[in-house]
This record gives sequence, C-alpha cells and structure tokens, in this order.
Amino acid sequence: MATLGELERSIMERLWATDDTLSAYDLQEALADRKLASTTILTVLSRLENKGFVTRSRDARPHRYSAAASREEHMADLMHEVLGGASDRTAVLERFVGQVSPEEAETLRRLLGS
Amino acid sequence: MIAPLALAVLAVALAWPVPLLLSRASWPARSPAAALVLWQAIAIAGGLSMIGALLTFGLAPFGPDLLTATVNLVTGEVDRIESWNALALCGAALLTAHLLLNLVLTIVRSERQRRRHEQLVRLLSSPMESGARLLDSPAPVAYCLPGALSSITVVSAGLVELLDDSEMLAVIEHEKAHVTQRHDVVLVAFRAWYASLPWFPIAFRAQREVGMLVEMLADDTARRAVPDGVLARAIVLVGAGQDRPLAEPGAAEWGGEASITEVGARLSRLGVAPLPRPAEALVVAAAVLLLAVPTVLLLSPVAAALL
Repeated sequence: MATLGELERSIMERLWATDDTLSAYDLQEALADRKLASTTILTVLSRLENKGFVTRSRDARPHRYSAAASREEHMADLMHEVLGGASDRTAVLERFVGQVSPEEAETLRRLLGS
Repeated sequence: MIAPLALAVLAVALAWPVPLLLSRASWPARSPAAALVLWQAIAIAGGLSMIGALLTFGLAPFGPDLLTATVNLVTGEVDRIESWNALALCGAALLTAHLLLNLVLTIVRSERQRRRHEQLVRLLSSPMESGARLLDSPAPVAYCLPGALSSITVVSAGLVELLDDSEMLAVIEHEKAHVTQRHDVVLVAFRAWYASLPWFPIAFRAQREVGMLVEMLADDTARRAVPDGVLARAIVLVGAGQDRPLAEPGAAEWGGEASITEVGARLSRLGVAPLPRPAEALVVAAAVLLLAVPTVLLLSPVAAALL
C-alpha cells in the first residue's frame, strides 16, 4: 500500500504528462495496476486541489482535473527558493560559484590529494 | 538604584563589545557546540538585561525589589509615579511585546514556508534507499527540511552525478545532523532576534556566526562516518557553506552561492585539534554565569537588599 504522498505524486505525474484534462475515472484506469478505489482517487485529488496543485473544472460530469502549473514551473520555483533567497546572508559576503563542472571537480579532487 | 544601572551596563556590554569579541575569536571553530551555547546565553541575557534595566528603573519607587514593587503597583499602594519611571515601564512593556511578537511572526512565517516547500518536494522528488529524497534537477544541491513531526533530506540528481559514494555519505550524514540536533530551532531564534533589532549591527553578525557554527557541528557528525579528506572534498566540490536547515527560502543547501570565507573556515578547522575539555567547560560556565547575573539582579530580594 503506497502512502498518500506517493499517491499524490503518481497522480500529479499523470496530470503533468498530458495536455488534456482527466477525470477521476481516467486516473483510476491509468493507475489500474494499483487497484485504487475511485473514492481514494477523489480524496487525493481534492487534497491536491486544496494545496493549489490541481484545478478542477466543474462544467462537466464527472468533474475534470488538470495540473495548475507544469512540473518544470514547480521545479523552477523550488530551485529558486533553494538557490536564490539567501539574500539576507549573502548581500555583504563575497560570492562563490556553486556550480562545478565535472572537469573542475577532477582538478579539485587532484589538488585535495585523493 | 544599583540594580537598574548594573542591568543597563550588562545590556550594553551584551549588545556590542561581547558579541563583537566572540565573533572575532578563533576558538569557536574548535568547539562549535560550546560557542553555540555561549551565543544563546548572550542573546537571552542581553534581552533579559535590556528589559530588566527598564523594569527595575520604572518600579524603583514602588519597593526595594521586583516582587514587592509589582505587588505595590498592582494594589495601588503608591499613588504617585514620576514620568521617567512611567516611561521606563512603558519601554519595558513595548520591548517585551516587540521581541515576543517578532519571535512568533518569524516562527509562523518559517513554518508556512517550510510546509509549502515540503509539499512541492514531495511531489517533485522520489524516495531513495538512504531515506533521502532525490530531486530531479541538474543543479548540485543538498539540504534538509527539519520539522516537528517529519523531516526530509533532499539531494539533487546533479549532486549524485558530482559526488562519489563516500562524499555523498558525508553530505547525507551532515544533513542528518542538522535534523537530529534541531539546528533549525536555534537558527529561527537568531533570525527572530535579527528581525526584531535590524539596526543592531551585531544581530546580523550573530545570525551569520550561529549559521556557521551549526555547519561546523554538522561537519563534526559527518566526520564520524567518513575520513576528514572525504568531507573536505565534499565541501569543496559543492562549494558548500549554505546548507542551513531550510526555514526561509534558500536558507539551506549545498551548492548555490556560498562564501569563500565559510568554505575556508570549514576546511581549515579540519586540521586543528578541538578545544580541550576544561576550556570547553569554562565556556559553558561563562554562559551559565551570563544567564544567572541578570536573573539574580531581577528576581532576588536578597541581591536587591545587598545592593
């Protein structure tokens, strides 16, 4: 039995993979190997909707769901938070480039004697 | 009138010269745990003596010590109060409220950001065998999200590519130390201190020093799992220095913008012996003394009588 978090992730993966909107039934079919009850899928979808990751279209029955933003957009947000926001600390400090190419890494390893 | 004066002198000393000296000292790198205790004692004793000086000055006409004076003030035993004393009492109340409010605000804001970040990470990463989560990003980063109930260590695909297995172990052990030792709690307190008193030149320095000490503590935990050389390589390769436990956006990662000073300090201390036990005990004793002095000056009627 997968955890709720893993279930959320697999449903998001399905929604990110398509440009179309999906119904809970579509998702149940796509994740058929997991043998999920449709109520479970609806629960996870409403959790994702509450968190703002999924938008629901109520025009048709059954309701259709789509991802609020693409995977790439979310990833960019996340990396911006991780890499960017330390402005309060770094403003007066010297900056150091954090990205090291594999060749530079080799040189550094040699210098450090390994 | 000696208690308010003594507290005021202590408050000034703890607001500027003492933290300045500590931030310039070289021994904290040899005993980050003891230095961290001392920094916390300075912050708490500083706040206590600042508020205490105002409070004892304001209450002086009402009685010889804090307790009697408060009782007299509440029961209306003294019906006249000098404007200077009233001003001091207002100042004490405002300062206390300001500090507490900033602490609560900083905690709430950090927690909200942390939760949002955790939701994103859970959707965008997959679990690894080590218990960490793998983020599908080419930028080499590692960081942790410590929480009251659950904590997550995140490493990126770019970092896995960059580091060999032992270097990766060093990074994971380092992050685990942040989580198990709850470094985020110390950091959020010092961030709140800086948020409350941004015009204090020393508050920024304190926050930076504490951040660095926390890295060194985590490094020491990693050194129990890997040889120093491996840890040194990991530090250099990811240009580390900013893998704070994430509480504010970007407060935490290996990679990103790290400062040469931080990387240098973390590397150079690997070759230096830790502080001897007696010296460490002396630092902790100094911290306890720092906390005891304003507490005794504030609370003890005996001390007030003696003064």
